[in-house]
Parts: sequence; C-alpha cells; structure tokens
Amino acid sequence: MTLEATVALSLGGLDLDVDLSIPDGEVVALLGPNGAGKTTLLKAVAGLVPLGRGHVRLDGVVLEDAVSERYAPTERRPIGVVFQDYLLFPHMTVRDNVAFGLTSRGKGSREARATAMDWLERVGVAAHAQSRPAQLSGGEKQRVALARALATNPRLLLLDEPLAALDVTARTEVRRDLKRHLSSFRGTRLIITHDPLEAVALADRLVVMERGRIVQSGTPAEIAEHPRSSYVADLVGVNLFRGEADHGSVKVAGGQALAAAGAATGDVFAVIHPRAVALHRHMPEGSPRNVWAGRADAIELIGDRARVRVLGRLPLVAEVTPAALTDLKLVEGSEVWISFKATDVSIYPA
Amino acid sequence: MRPERVPVVIGVLAAMGAAFFIVPLVGLVVRTPWSDALAQLTAPETVEALRLSLVASFSATAIALLLGVPLAWVYARIEFPGRSLLRAMTTLPMVLPPVVGGIALLLAFGRRGLVGGWLDSTFGITIPFTTLGAVMAETFVAMPFLVLTVEAGLRSMDRRYEEAARTLGANRWTVFSRVTIPLIAPSLLAGAALCWARALGEFGATITFAGNFPGVTQTMPLAVYLLLETNPEASFVLSLVLLCVSVGVLVSLRHRWLGSA
Repeated sequence: MTLEATVALSLGGLDLDVDLSIPDGEVVALLGPNGAGKTTLLKAVAGLVPLGRGHVRLDGVVLEDAVSERYAPTERRPIGVVFQDYLLFPHMTVRDNVAFGLTSRGKGSREARATAMDWLERVGVAAHAQSRPAQLSGGEKQRVALARALATNPRLLLLDEPLAALDVTARTEVRRDLKRHLSSFRGTRLIITHDPLEAVALADRLVVMERGRIVQSGTPAEIAEHPRSSYVADLVGVNLFRGEADHGSVKVAGGQALAAAGAATGDVFAVIHPRAVALHRHMPEGSPRNVWAGRADAIELIGDRARVRVLGRLPLVAEVTPAALTDLKLVEGSEVWISFKATDVSIYPA
Repeated sequence: MRPERVPVVIGVLAAMGAAFFIVPLVGLVVRTPWSDALAQLTAPETVEALRLSLVASFSATAIALLLGVPLAWVYARIEFPGRSLLRAMTTLPMVLPPVVGGIALLLAFGRRGLVGGWLDSTFGITIPFTTLGAVMAETFVAMPFLVLTVEAGLRSMDRRYEEAARTLGANRWTVFSRVTIPLIAPSLLAGAALCWARALGEFGATITFAGNFPGVTQTMPLAVYLLLETNPEASFVLSLVLLCVSVGVLVSLRHRWLGSA
C-alpha cells in the first residue's frame, strides 16, 4: 500500500508544489503552520481540488494525472477522510452517518446498517447509534467520523487535524484510541496536524510543510536534531542560524560570526541548544569562544526552567533555572552577558 | 441600559405608519359578519373558489419546487456567462405588474402565441382560460420567491458536507438528494411557504391569462373582488380567510423573517 503524490497547483494566494510518498506500513504526519497548504494537499489527493501539474497514484493505480488528464472522481477513489471538525451529517443519526458511505457504494441498507453497527462497536460509540451528531461530545464525534471513514474499507486514510477540535482532557484518551485504530488499519495513512506533540505521538515519520513546500522530512528524532527552518527550530525549541562556514566559524546573515568547532566550508545550519547558553551579570572570562552583551527581551517560565530571549549581536534563547534568574537579578529589560562554547554549536550542511 | 428616548416627530410618524397597516386589518375583522360567516363560507360558489384556489396554489408550488430548486442550484453552483442576466429575467415577475405578466403569458401561450399556436395546431392543447392557465399564471408570479430563497440557502450552506459525502463514495445525485437538500430544508420550506402564499393571492396575471370562470379559473382573490359588488358580506368573510392564511405563513416563518422578537 503506497501513496505517491506529486501535487502542484495555485489556489487563492497559495502556491503548492510538493512531492509526497508514503510507503507501506508507515504512518506519516504532515506538520506545518496554518496556511501552509496542508488541507489543500489533502483535498488534491482526495480529488476535491484539481491538480495543476503532477499526479496521484495509490498502490500503482493512477487516480489523477495532469499530463494524461486522467481523473478518477472523488467518489471513485478508495479513500476515507476524517475532516477537521468531522462534518458528520447533522440530519442523520450516528448509525446512518456511518452507513452512508456503504449505501452510496451500492450496499443494501440492511447490510450497511449492520456493518455500521459493527464499526460503532469497534470505536466504542454503539450506545449512541440512534443519536444525532449534535448530541455527542467532541471525542464521540471524532470516533464516529473515524468509523464513517473506515467503514467503506478504504486503502488510503486521510485525517485532517483529527484532534484539534477536542478539549485537552478528551484529547489524551482519544489520541490513544486513534493510535490503536491507525495501527490496526491496513492501508496508507496520512495525518495532517499543526501540533508537533500530536504528530510525534501518532506518526512514524514527519513531513514538514511551509508556504506550499515540503521543507523537511524524517523521523521525529532526526527532525529534532537537524531542524532546517525557523518554524521547525521553534517547534523543537532550539536556536537555529544559517550561514557560510569558514574553518571554525560561521558567518550568518547580517555579517555576524559564530565560533563553531565543527564548521568547515559551505552553506550550513548552526544549532545551539538553549541549555548550552550561559547567562552572566558581568563580562565572563574563560574558555567559551562566543561571548557578547545583550538585553533580556522576554522571560518565559516553563515548568522548572526559564527561557530567556536575549537580544544582542544575534538573538538567542537561553534556558536557565529560576534560581539562576534570582541570582542574576534578571528581569525583562536587564542587561546581560551570554556565552556558549564553540563545541556546543552543532553544524550540518544546508 | 436606559431605553432610548423617541423624538416626538419620529414617534408620531412611526405611529401613523403602524396605524396605516393596523386600521384596515381591524376594519376587516370588525366588519366581518360573524353571525353568518359559516353560511357564507359553505355557500357553493365560495367552496368552489376555495377548492380551486387550494388546487391551483399547491400545484403552482409543486411546479415551482420541481423546476425552481434545480434552477436555484444552477444559479448557486455553476458559473456561466449570462448568469446574472438570466437570474434577473427569472426574478422579474417579483417586481413586474402581474397584469403585464398575464399579457406576456397570453402572447407566449395564447392561441396565437409563440408556443401556444404550435401547441394548439399540433396537440390541440389550449392553455388560456383553463385551470392549467390559472396554475401557470400563479407559478409565473410566485416561483421567483422560491428560487431566490433556495439559492440563498445553497450559498450559505457549508459545502464541506458535500465534499465529505463525495469522499464516502456518493455520486452527484446522491450528494444532492441526501445531503444538500436535507441541509437546506429550512430554506426550502421557507421558499415553498412564500411561494404558496404568493400563488394563493395571485390576481392580476390569473384574471388576464386565465380569465374568471367559476369552478375553472375563479380563484379566491377573483371571487373576493367580484363578490364585493354582489355579496359584500361574503367577500369580507373570504378576505378574512385569506388574511388568516397570511398570518399563518408569517408566523411559521417568524424565526426567519422577524427574528426571535
């Protein structure tokens, strides 16, 4: 079961151009900020928006090809979609919502209802079979939407922000169940999300999308280690710079240089973990090669740590303990010195 | 919050405006001969007009639903050159003097009309001055109300439900009949009610195109008008019946047109 999609299209202000393939047995999460084009990509795969260029193939079968103008309409594609805010038909009972796909595909209504009941039992909402969607909680709606998408036995399952509409308390439980259903589904699975926690929890591989392009793809660990955009760096919580390496230093935009032990030559990314950045009241003396003065711009307390954003030669985030904040008498607007070692700068080719 | 003070001039004019509507309605209720209202209502010619009115107005509404819903769907969903012009032409009967509509129908479907001549010579069908003619006149005037209401409903519905239905394997017709129509049911009902009320009250186009034959084309409004000369009491009673129907339609649509107040 594989999906190969090359999708290029323009829609409104969005210019989408991506190449996505999902091999057998892998759950892929498409991660990106709002407006990156994730939902449009999903719609293109589902045949709901036409391709400008490219093709969509599922298990080797061409669903759409812009060159040969082959197009399988949405209703003939073997897909199941769980939409954002679920889109359960408000005028039908829960059971009829799940049976809808089966009757639409030519099953008799008795058989369709029986299958729908099986699915409702599987996802644990059989007790609400005769309810209207409006009477369900968010988590129950999510389960019904999943049952509805799976009941037609699709070969490709697409989920658009499957947990975004849920409150925090419902989310953990629904996510656990969703993960279970995803792993028992034998087909290709693609999840769209803007929540990195959700992506990491549900998927084997992340594909990061920004402004209509795929900027990075890999396992969560690979992405956390080597972010390739400021969006990913923010998600992971590290300092990221891009620049020209020159034997032990990296010249970044604006002409400033970083001392970096691993830097050779070429266009590189430099990552500095906030934990590696030390703060001082006075100019420190010692081995760190990167030292400069700045001003504490924002201080954010996260659990037992404080993240301090320092504006100076280069903007940096440092992570220290709240006790250190007190010792340094650091408040927003304070003058502060920062230092980090050249060996704490991780370098990889851009 | 302190209620806003009403300036005297505005208050007086507003009161006159309201009275302008209320006084005639009160007049109608007060002058209705309640003692023999039932006798008037069950008089053969009244019953005949009532029956014909119901048959014609419900037929007109049925035709409007059959043709008007697809027309509204096309207006709401398909972009084609001349759409605005076409919509303007099919909306025209809402503002056209009904008598002009009746004459236009006569010129199209009359014995010597564009289509009527052909219908007459080929099939021997004549439409003017028949019940079918009365139904057509009512449809002509009333259908735009349904088309506009349903089109507005189609435009404001969340089309993602239709997309969801398609991903579930529903073809266009299944999407239309099992998802679109149920989702716009409130607009459909409101449109049908407005259309029916307009058809029920139709006078000008009907009398011009279909004439005034008791039992064939003489609907309630025509009967009311003629009875005013011969039997004013009966015409008052019939007027009151039509008023009650209008109030009923208005009440049933109150959430849509009058807000929650």
